[in-house]
Amino acid sequence: MKIIKIIALVLLVAFVGIQFIPTTRNQSDTVPSTDFMLVNNVPETIQKKLQISCYDCHSNNTQYPWYNKIQPAAWILEDHIKEGKAELNFNEWDSLSSRRKSSKLRSIIKQIESGEMPLDSYTLIHTDAKFSETEAEEVINFITQLKDSL
Amino acid sequence: MKNLKMSIVAILLLAVSFTNAQEKEKMNHDHGDMKMDHSKMTTMKSDVKAEVILSDYFNLKDALVGDDTKKAAQAGSKLVASLKAFDAGSYSKEEKEELADIIEDAIEHAEHISESAIDHQREHFKTLSKDITDLVAITGTKSTLYEQFCPMYDKGSAWLSTSNEVKNPYYGSKMLKCGKVQKTIQ
Repeated sequence: MKIIKIIALVLLVAFVGIQFIPTTRNQSDTVPSTDFMLVNNVPETIQKKLQISCYDCHSNNTQYPWYNKIQPAAWILEDHIKEGKAELNFNEWDSLSSRRKSSKLRSIIKQIESGEMPLDSYTLIHTDAKFSETEAEEVINFITQLKDSL
Repeated sequence: MKNLKMSIVAILLLAVSFTNAQEKEKMNHDHGDMKMDHSKMTTMKSDVKAEVILSDYFNLKDALVGDDTKKAAQAGSKLVASLKAFDAGSYSKEEKEELADIIEDAIEHAEHISESAIDHQREHFKTLSKDITDLVAITGTKSTLYEQFCPMYDKGSAWLSTSNEVKNPYYGSKMLKCGKVQKTIQ
């Protein structure tokens, strides 16, 4: 019994302790002129869907959830955002060459098709980020058109 | 015992390459007029680092033909390294830009291939093949390549091979013979 108490105490201290470790926040007031929405003629419904489902991790501006400042959740978020932006940053879209754009668009299509993105851990809380079948079709059609027009 | 075998193999390899070199020399002696063409071709149309990239690409292709995810992943990692080692120093400014673009894109696909399951590897192999084809169009190569095409995979997909016999890397054993040679690159 005593051991359990000690373990619980240690865990509590650790939990409180890690709250003091700072994380970098992914937030920006400006949308650069290279943004995907600004350089492409994106229909409004698709804009909205991409904003909700993709931009949190694939742009310079995250709409943080309520638990964003609590560790270790903040770390996981930070990590996902870092990885997401390295793979694709919608804000910097137009700085890519056509070859790179084509590759990225292909990946976007495959990721949505296979349901790999958005991540399950993300849609667990952001239920509105999930793609319904019609939404997926709509977005994939648009992205395919865009890819063919490159 | 193993060592002995290895050395025998090494000696044999050496011997083969020696006789090969000698034969080439002989050929050049025999046909004095052909010699010029030869040297011209090698200086203009061969880039050692591009050849390494190609050889890694073909290892990857063969692994996919053999449905071997693990081998494909290893070949992918090797390809990442050889792509990173590429040096565009001797090309024109325009070519340099294009090459940098191709290499950057190809590295990303090779990286994905090095860490994915076979379906995913094949998806990336498609775009990678396009990159490598564009690369060869600039660097040239000393060997004859065949651009092959399978109309079934993902609305039609191409790849490169050193043999004109079709072995499909997108389907492997499932549909090994699907496809045809659509272009010979020399």
